[in-house]
Amino acid sequence: MPVKLHVDNVSLSFGGIKALQDVDFQVEAGEIYAVIGPNGAGKTSLINSINGFYAPQQGRIIFDGRDMTHIPPYKRAELGISRTFQNIALYTNATVLDNLMAARHIHMKSNMLTGALFWGPAQREEIAHRRLVEEIIDFLELEHIRKSIVGTLSYGLRKRVELGRALALEPSLLLLDEPMAGMNVEEKEDMARYILDIHELQGTTIMLIEHDIGLVMDISHHIAVIDFGLKIGEGSPDEISRNEAVIAAYLGEGER
Amino acid sequence: MANIHPAGVFDTTYEEDMSVDRTPRDKLWKNLAFVALLLVPLLSVSGPLGLISDQYVGLIARIAIFVIAAQGLNILVGYTGQISLGHAAFMAIGAYSSAILARELGFTFWTALPVSAVLTGLIGLFFGLPSLRVKGFYLAMATLAAQFIIPWVLRYPLEGITGGTRPLNVPAPLIGPFASYADDPIDDATPLVFQAGDPYLVDVISLELGRVDGAQPAIELRNPSGDIVPPGDFNMTVFRDADGELTGFSYIATKPGEYAVTATAEAGATAFRARVRRGKALSFATETAMYYIIVPLSVFLMFLARNIARTRTGRAFISVRDNDLAAELLGINVFGYKLRAFFLSAVYAGIAGCLLAYERNSLSLDMFRLDISIEMLAMLIIGGAGYPLGALFGVTFIRVLQEAAIPALRPWLLEILPVLFPFIEVVNITSAINPILFGGALIVFLVLEPRGIAHRWEVLKVAWKIRPYAY
Ligand SMILES: Nc1ncnc2c1ncn2[C@@H]1O[C@H](COP(=O)(O)OP(=O)(O)O)[C@@H](O)[C@H]1O
Ligand SMILES: [Mg+2]
Repeated sequence: MPVKLHVDNVSLSFGGIKALQDVDFQVEAGEIYAVIGPNGAGKTSLINSINGFYAPQQGRIIFDGRDMTHIPPYKRAELGISRTFQNIALYTNATVLDNLMAARHIHMKSNMLTGALFWGPAQREEIAHRRLVEEIIDFLELEHIRKSIVGTLSYGLRKRVELGRALALEPSLLLLDEPMAGMNVEEKEDMARYILDIHELQGTTIMLIEHDIGLVMDISHHIAVIDFGLKIGEGSPDEISRNEAVIAAYLGEGER
Repeated sequence: MANIHPAGVFDTTYEEDMSVDRTPRDKLWKNLAFVALLLVPLLSVSGPLGLISDQYVGLIARIAIFVIAAQGLNILVGYTGQISLGHAAFMAIGAYSSAILARELGFTFWTALPVSAVLTGLIGLFFGLPSLRVKGFYLAMATLAAQFIIPWVLRYPLEGITGGTRPLNVPAPLIGPFASYADDPIDDATPLVFQAGDPYLVDVISLELGRVDGAQPAIELRNPSGDIVPPGDFNMTVFRDADGELTGFSYIATKPGEYAVTATAEAGATAFRARVRRGKALSFATETAMYYIIVPLSVFLMFLARNIARTRTGRAFISVRDNDLAAELLGINVFGYKLRAFFLSAVYAGIAGCLLAYERNSLSLDMFRLDISIEMLAMLIIGGAGYPLGALFGVTFIRVLQEAAIPALRPWLLEILPVLFPFIEVVNITSAINPILFGGALIVFLVLEPRGIAHRWEVLKVAWKIRPYAY
């Protein structure tokens, strides 16, 4: 399998806090790669470094064989990296439909002028992308709320809308920051099903941050464990469940 | 507000679902409103039907101009979530640049309008540069700089072409002149006398000097009252060659009657030839005629803004407003879109400024003070920032309040207020009525309807459409 993403020896610190220290791992194309670790371990910082919101002091992010270091975040999205946020970051005052359509931005061509006149190609483009977005709406079962203002929706629904928005970008790498946090069991199962479907139907490479170990073990191909900014273990779910350091630092903690 | 279907209306295509007018009735209402607007001048006292007061023609035209400006502000503030305290200054750029292009460089209104709009847009974009680094309060301060710098530049460094603190005359827009209908050579002191002038179909009189060596010939144009039209008259454009020698002029005759042109060689000077050309042109010097430029243009610009808001650019604006971090990480060049919003917003301000200049025929820096910038923000809040009709509602509400409701209530207020506040002098009460009612309206809206009239309008529209069902 070719390497989709190479986090190449990345270190990131905020003042004295070392959020990431020499973190190094590779994600293969087409796999579900999970990153686990306790709160404050540096998982979100890792995702933020991958899509360019944080600039690591050391190391490189290599995506599809290309060094991303000097590429601004919005261009990384154009190249195929999409994400969700741990603390939902939707466009609150817009409808579900508009949130998803906004993520089609990189695939659309109309500009201020053609959009203003709204004829011919601009109108056809709107319709074509609307059709694609409707497919995502169907897939995530959001039909009944497509015209609701996002800010009025429940937490679980907003999480799902955010997944839809990330998908609307048609990414080749999808970064999911705790997509199931704060959900009840049923919602979690739905979300897991969606993630598996996305992986299966689109072949999207998925990097998943999640606290629910059981779930992670079930759905991911590889797992990395980080603690205090250090990668303390990596491997298949089987290997991870047998890794001494991981058990001590993380899994053990849960059992205590 | 969600876009709700009228009960019983189902869309079969995404195209239908995306359209602004949901039913044929929506479209009909909109078209009727537009036709009614276009009929107002015909119904006015000076129009053929003479039914309603002339005052409304001017009022609607001014509302239409400020709707354009406020819609520009809406794009920046309402849709993109930025802020500007310099919007009136951008109007000033549109107004002065379009006037100066016409006065100094021979542009017509039709060419001056787009050129001044783009120029204003670029200057707006420049003042949007701080938005790369700062937000909110700090950005407000940065745009406040525009409100101080721009009028200062117009007033002092550019005084030579703007007239500084003196009012600047602005020529009326013309269509034409069409092919000239008279072309008379003159070569001696005998005046050329002809009939010309009409307020709508004006005569453009242009005089060209064939060859002038040395001494300056005397050229005089007398209007129907028998007075010599001075070269500084705002209907006159004077042409000079590279050495500054007079080569001719062009005069727009609006007053009907007898005009006379005399060209006399000075004693001992070389002979010269001159010819007078006359052509008819459609003039927009009257308020009624300007109305027919301003109102359709305002409607058209609202239409364009509506379309921008509901397509790719508008969604990018909204993304920046609602979550600039997420927007940047999901493929939107946030800074690029902020600058586009500043540009577009200033283009709208520039067009509004240009129209204001040509509507008033006269410009002064007083028309573009800081309080106008703030008033426009207030109008937007009252009307509903971020709603397509917010600017229209806000401007209409405030202007009608100021120009129709307050004058009507004034005598009554002047009776009652001195009784309520006997300790305040009557003069102070008189001058305070306007600001108090304006401030009062603003506070009432901020408390009771913070999302503005447009929000309430959409709620009511939905309730009306889905009747008889509550959901
Ligand atoms: N923008 C920031 N400024 C300062 N410290 C930060 C910032 N982002 C993260 N950190 C710190 O980096 C560490 C890792 O945080 P984070 O990546 O959010 O952890 P996780 O997602 O694993 O819970 C924490 O100590 C956090 O306080
Ligand atoms: Mg986190």
